Amino acid sequence: MPKLTLNNQTYHCDSDETILDALLANKVDISYGCKQGACQSCLICSPNQIPPTEAQKGLKETQQAQNYFLACMCKPTEDMEIVLPSEEARFIESTVVSLKLLNPETIELILEYKDELTFKPGQFINLKRDDGLVRSYSIANLPSAEKHLEFHIRKLPNGGFSEWAHDHLNSGDMVSLQEPAGDCFYISGRPEQSLLLIGTGTGLAPLAGIVRDALKQGHTGDIHLFHGSRDIDGLYWVDEMKTLAEKNDNFNYHPCLSGSDTSSEYKAGRAHMEALKAHPKLQGWRVFLCGHPGMVKEAQKKAYLAGASLKDIYADAFTVLTEQN
Amino acid sequence: MSESLYEKLGGEAAVDAAVDIFYRKVLADDRINSFFEDVDMDKQAAKQKAFMTMAFGGPNNYTGTDMRKGHAHLVKRGLNDSHFDAVVENLGATLTELGVSDELIGEVVAVCEPTRNDVLGK
Repeated sequence: MPKLTLNNQTYHCDSDETILDALLANKVDISYGCKQGACQSCLICSPNQIPPTEAQKGLKETQQAQNYFLACMCKPTEDMEIVLPSEEARFIESTVVSLKLLNPETIELILEYKDELTFKPGQFINLKRDDGLVRSYSIANLPSAEKHLEFHIRKLPNGGFSEWAHDHLNSGDMVSLQEPAGDCFYISGRPEQSLLLIGTGTGLAPLAGIVRDALKQGHTGDIHLFHGSRDIDGLYWVDEMKTLAEKNDNFNYHPCLSGSDTSSEYKAGRAHMEALKAHPKLQGWRVFLCGHPGMVKEAQKKAYLAGASLKDIYADAFTVLTEQN
Repeated sequence: MSESLYEKLGGEAAVDAAVDIFYRKVLADDRINSFFEDVDMDKQAAKQKAFMTMAFGGPNNYTGTDMRKGHAHLVKRGLNDSHFDAVVENLGATLTELGVSDELIGEVVAVCEPTRNDVLGK
């Protein structure tokens, strides 16, 4: 009889019993719905084991790669260690390496972590201020021997964390951070697929990371990055992205301005509208959307209606949380 | 033993193909798309798959109570027979596009019809 380990508790799973049923029989508080692998309410993870294929059907490839699976579709044949997605991950320590202005309202924060950390550019990480305030930021860099993590933080009015990071954080300070999460990242396997990446503001952080990851992993299909802001001050890394485009024939960079600033260097219009105008048919494409929640939601729908499969649309909406005084 | 409706339609692979077409039709249909405006699209697609599996006569755990609870907030916003009909129409058009015979489409519609009162909270 296979054993399930969850939070240091052991549960027995009868042969021919699903993990969901075994947990429910043991009064474990787990969310579920259809019990037949469709609604994905009972999504759980086995961090150290590859779950059975039939329990991963219908999930995004990036979720599959992180060993997520559906508890209602999994009849374990061997012992499994499982984690519920709601469980808080541990915090680890890091040190500020550098802080640099990218544009008048955005800083680049580089942290060096001590422990081992597995991450993909495009995932997000919770950072904790010393008084416990937690905010999520997306990872802009590829993993390297330096153990660095790079984030882009825009200063928001009444943004408790962002104001603190901009005004009070210094090199050498300690910052606690959690394990990376999120399924908005590049996965290899279909190198010839066309990629469309659309971002506003600091949505460029995950998208630039994803582009670099794709190029590093030998992606051969066309990659189109549309980065938008209202005015020129809201853009950054324009030269870096242009250089990357010059070095890689299959990578195309399209900075967009939706406000009154105009220049032949930039597309005039909102990034997602320009992207969909340039690429109205998206059958077979993989799409990444990061930034303003309204843009992400609208672009997700438009990309789907333009033919992209929902499983190929990776959306990360940056919900703004401000401290209420 | 004769094949079930679900098997005749092609089982899970057919459901997956149908969901992709069906959800796109629903979102593009101005008669009903306002009911789908504030939903998480990934979760909604998963729900559509559960619905479609039921409509195809496949394995499902839908109960009348689930249907009532799941749609109560939409009934408050004015969900009525015309919207139910529009969804069934989109479902039929989806199956036609997939080359399903009118006879089988009739069977699918017949599976959906008994849920009408629960969906509309009657």
